[in-house]
Amino acid sequence: MIAAAPIATPAVDLWAIAPIIALVATGVGLVLIRALLRRNQAVTPVCFSVAVVGLLVAAGLLARQWHRVRDDGPIVSLADMVRVDPFAVFLGIVIVAATLAGLLLAYAYLRREDLEAPEYFALLLLSAAGMLMMTTANDLVVVFVALEVLSIPLYVLVAFDRRRLRSQEAGLKYFVLGAFSSAVFLYGIALVYGATGTTSLSGIATFLAGNTLFEQTTLLVGLGLLLVGLGFKVAAVPFHMWTPDVYQGAPTPVTAFMAAATKAAAFAAVLRIVLTAFPQYRDDWRPILWVLAALSMLVGAVAALVQNDVKRTLAYSSIAHAGYILMGVYAASSRGREAALLYLLVYAFMAIGAFAVVMIAAPGPDDAKHSYDDYRGLAVRRPVLGGLLIFFVLAQAGVPLTSGFVGKLELFGSVAQAGETSDYVLLVIGVLSAVIAFAFYLRIAWTLVTAPDDDTAVAAAYSTRPRRVDGWTGIVLAGAAALTLVVGVLPGTFIHFARDAVFF
Amino acid sequence: MIPVLFFLAAAATLAGALGVVLARNPVHAALFLVQTLIGVAVLFLLQDAELVAAVQVIVYASAIVVLFLFVIMLLGVDRAESMEDRVPYQRPAAIALGVILLVELLVLAGHEWATGQPTASGVPLEGGGFGGNVERVARVLFTDFLWAFEITSVLLVIAVVGAVVLARRSGQRGAPIDAPEGADEGDAGAAEEARV
Repeated sequence: MIAAAPIATPAVDLWAIAPIIALVATGVGLVLIRALLRRNQAVTPVCFSVAVVGLLVAAGLLARQWHRVRDDGPIVSLADMVRVDPFAVFLGIVIVAATLAGLLLAYAYLRREDLEAPEYFALLLLSAAGMLMMTTANDLVVVFVALEVLSIPLYVLVAFDRRRLRSQEAGLKYFVLGAFSSAVFLYGIALVYGATGTTSLSGIATFLAGNTLFEQTTLLVGLGLLLVGLGFKVAAVPFHMWTPDVYQGAPTPVTAFMAAATKAAAFAAVLRIVLTAFPQYRDDWRPILWVLAALSMLVGAVAALVQNDVKRTLAYSSIAHAGYILMGVYAASSRGREAALLYLLVYAFMAIGAFAVVMIAAPGPDDAKHSYDDYRGLAVRRPVLGGLLIFFVLAQAGVPLTSGFVGKLELFGSVAQAGETSDYVLLVIGVLSAVIAFAFYLRIAWTLVTAPDDDTAVAAAYSTRPRRVDGWTGIVLAGAAALTLVVGVLPGTFIHFARDAVFF
Repeated sequence: MIPVLFFLAAAATLAGALGVVLARNPVHAALFLVQTLIGVAVLFLLQDAELVAAVQVIVYASAIVVLFLFVIMLLGVDRAESMEDRVPYQRPAAIALGVILLVELLVLAGHEWATGQPTASGVPLEGGGFGGNVERVARVLFTDFLWAFEITSVLLVIAVVGAVVLARRSGQRGAPIDAPEGADEGDAGAAEEARV
């Protein structure tokens, strides 16, 4: 017996989801093209061009959205599930830029490693689509599905070089831990729903503003589990265990993409959930974020100090950077949000630049040799490449005149502004972490400028012809370096850009 | 009629559960599991929970058991299951957990929900009746949760592409670079499929 009441389907604003549609359509289209062209020689260039065009279309749509939502306020559509606001569009632009970098870097890399390119492009774009879903999600259920849409392609991409045991191992590890964290996140959603009767982020806030809960435990445990689930994705200590292995084992373009884009998407969810849904509970979640930020900054920096592998060091440094960004979330002010957004932008480019050099510079085949010994003397033999890596690690360290300095300054400033004792303690921990981090960044730089010892293994590794920098990688390197420098020298525009983007 | 159905389904469920534990052949155990799951589905149906019953049959009795059977077949059916535990405390721990679950259920059955209704009696949703909760979920899926529902389809595409990428034999460069021939092949692929 079906009731006769008509079903009121929600209004769909296609503008709101146009960038996502562009990415998904391109991703599915790539799979089709791949199937149609089969063994044709042209399949990789064709798929590559289509993917680039798809990304540029998505970027164009995001740029149009930016002006519209900044001037006319956010677009809410699809039964309140999608919320396109300046915040979402800003991070969307960061994500699309990082995806473009992941794509351009991969073109030469995949040919060099003899890997299937079209599937890589398709999975990369679908993952990026999941990230855009995450930035615009206004409901915990959508956040969860988006989390899966962005993660599952990443599991496959990490294991993409299946002949390399490290890559397989990384993929499996990331998959198992990622599935576990998704389950934890889902459990958190269930408990929050149980306590508030809704999964909508704004609905939760409305309910909590209008009602007092007799019993807080369910809600607080739920909130905690949500933070644990997202903590895995942003790689915050103590949920960081997978990061070094996965960053090291994954094909380097994937590592660059993950460090830049996944962080942005996961932080979008963290910021939205704690600030939109639980503003009344800020005294409960701020201590959690305090601990996560402090641990991430300290453990990331100290562990990076003792690594012998450049890729692994950069992985630990990304954990420390997650800690810095968490400080901005912890500040729970619009200044903190602005600082976190700006840092996500600048970190994306510093990380992409550093990993791009790593991708080119590692000697030997198979993307496997990344130890400090392999990099010794790089800046002497290849001044431009070595110089760029030095520039990117110094930017990550926060040297003045680079974007890292501006980003850190904004983040530390946002925490100092709050002015409680615990804020200053966190600030001191942050500065301490930055000082420790300086040591290993300088160690990388020092390794690059010292001439190699006459170790035969090293000499043999370098006896092979140095790898040429292809045009696409060159574009990525130039773009990342230019942005890192411009934000460092003329931060005004970008700070304004981030300031416009803080509005939910 | 309903009590008769209840006892039939309950007996089938219990017998199936015993069969899962006691059967020596893993394939038989998996088939007993189907019996248990379908019995539980009938019990759900008797409680007016049609959607859960359908999900029970579609997801558990078919998809998950098929996966079990896949794994059993891949590992070799004819290998007799050894009854010796590798982990010595596994069996006592299983029994202890089972007892805890039983006690929990008995305690819960005697209590009331926060709304004052007894937990043990099924309270149909308002506007219920046959098809009630299926229709409700369908309605919500196509209205409030339309977006989540639609983007789940992307997930399916990704799962297919990912499974193909990982499971395809790498005929490109022959043997794995840093592994003995054939080691770990398709590991992540199987995991990916399990998730689908």
